[in-house]
Amino acid sequence: MSLHLYDYVLSGNCYKVRLFLALLNQHCDVTAVDFFPGEAHLSPTFLEINPAGTLPVLTDGDLTLCDSAAILVYLAQKYDNSGTWHPSTDAATSAWIQFWLAFASKLSDTVGQARLHDMLNLPCDIDATRTAGHRALRELESHLSEQGFRGHRFLIGDTPTIADIACFPYAALAPDGGIEHDDYPAVRRWLVDIRRLPRFIEMPGIHRLHDQADDPTP
Amino acid sequence: MTSPDIAQDDWYPVAIAAMLTAGAEQRVTLMSHTLRVTRDAAGKATVTDDHGTARPVCEAHGHVWSSIGTPPHPIFSLPEGVQDGRRLVDCGPVRVKASPLRVVENFLDIAHFPFVHTDILGAEPHTVVAPYDVEIRDTVDEVWATKVSFYQPQAAKSASDGIVTEYEYRVPAPCATILYKTCPPRPAEMDVIALFVRPLNEELCDAYAWMALFDDDTALEDLIQFQQTIFLQDRSILENQVPRKLPLDPRMESPTRADKTSIAYRRWLKRRGYHYGAETRGV
Repeated sequence: MSLHLYDYVLSGNCYKVRLFLALLNQHCDVTAVDFFPGEAHLSPTFLEINPAGTLPVLTDGDLTLCDSAAILVYLAQKYDNSGTWHPSTDAATSAWIQFWLAFASKLSDTVGQARLHDMLNLPCDIDATRTAGHRALRELESHLSEQGFRGHRFLIGDTPTIADIACFPYAALAPDGGIEHDDYPAVRRWLVDIRRLPRFIEMPGIHRLHDQADDPTP
Repeated sequence: MTSPDIAQDDWYPVAIAAMLTAGAEQRVTLMSHTLRVTRDAAGKATVTDDHGTARPVCEAHGHVWSSIGTPPHPIFSLPEGVQDGRRLVDCGPVRVKASPLRVVENFLDIAHFPFVHTDILGAEPHTVVAPYDVEIRDTVDEVWATKVSFYQPQAAKSASDGIVTEYEYRVPAPCATILYKTCPPRPAEMDVIALFVRPLNEELCDAYAWMALFDDDTALEDLIQFQQTIFLQDRSILENQVPRKLPLDPRMESPTRADKTSIAYRRWLKRRGYHYGAETRGV
C-alpha cells in the first residue's frame, strides 16, 4: 500500500494534505493535475478517479478519498503515531474537531473564492464574497483570542490538531483575495505559530519563516 | 500619467493561442478597453473593440496579440520559440494587482531568489549577486542583461541538484520579458522562459508565463506547476509593493549594484516616454 495524492500546487485544499503529510514526515507519491489553465480536473480521465471533479484526491491501496477534511481525518488516524493530531479523548474534543473541519469549508467558500477571483479571474460576486470572508475571519479571530486568554496557542488546546491544518491555508492566503489580515491580530499570531512547526512546508502565497541569525556575541 | 500615449501602440497578449478554439469567444480588458477575441472556422483570430471595430491582431510565441492603438512595428521576434525539439508550455494568465512594469521588473531581479523562491531558485547563504553586464542595445531598442550567474538549488523542474545557473535577460517590449537560462539536460542550449503582460489598467494586469524548453521527460503538468509556483510566490510580494506604479525618478528608490538591469529598464522606459503604469512625479 502506498499513498498517492492528486495535487494542484496553487490549491489551498491540496496544500492542507501536503502540509499534513510533511508534518507527519509521511512519504506520498504526487501526480500534478493541471487545474489551471488546462482544466484537467474536468477531463474524462480525472472524472473517472473523482466524479465530483474536485481536488485533492488521496488514494491508499483500494481506498479513494476526495475531500481534504476526510483525508486529514484518515491520515491522522492511520499515520499519526503520536495520536495528538486527531485527539478523540472526549466527546467535546471530537465535536470541536468536526466544528473546525466544517468551518474550514466556510473559509474555502469565501476567502478561497475571493482568491480564485482575484488570481485566476474566476467569476463571483467579489464584494459579497469578501464580506463573507471577513465575517469568517472575525469568527476565527474571536475564538483564537479567547484561546489566547486560556493560554492555548491553537484552535483546540495548546498542541496543533487537524483542525488547525484545515483552517490554516485559506486563513493565511486571504490577502491573495484582497482580504487583509490587519484587523485580526490573534489570527496573525496563530499563523506564525503554525509556520514555526517542525517540518513545516510553504506554498506559493505562504512564505516560510526565515531563520533569524543569532544576536552577535558582545 | 494616465493616458496610454506611446503605450497604446504596443502589442499585448490577449489570449493563449492554443486555448482560443474555433468558434470560441473571449472577452478581455486591455488598458481599460474591452476587447472581444474570437477565432473563425478557418482558424483566423480576430479582435474587435467595444464599437465593433477590428483591432490589429497577430499570433506569435504561443499567444494572440492585439493593441488598442496602431503598432508601428511587427511584434518582436523570438526564434527559439520555433526551434525544433523544444516543448512549448502555456502556463496561463495570472492576475496581479500591480503595475505591469513592476511585474516585468520583478522578473528581471535576481537578488530576491533566495528569499522569495527559497530552496528552488536560490538558498541562503548563497545570496551574493555576482557582477553582470547590462546594456540598452540601440540597434534593436531592447534591454539586455548578460553573464548573469546564480547558485540555484533547483533551477528547473529537470534539475535534481543545485547548479550555478547562467542567465541572460531580454526586454524586447516594455510589457514583455524573456530569460534564457542554463538547460540542465542540454548544456549547449538555453531554456527560454517568457513573461508577457497585459495591463488591464495601470495598476492591474494579467501575466502570461510561457516556456520553450528542452525537456522531454518531465510531465507537462509538473512543468506548468513549477512555473506557477515561482510566479505565485512573486505575486504576493508584487501586490505589496509601494507605490503600486513603477517610479521612474531615480531619487525615489535606492538601487544597489545588483539592480543594474532594473536601472537600465527604468532608464529605457523614460527614454521611450513609456509612462503607462509608471510613477512619473519628479521626472
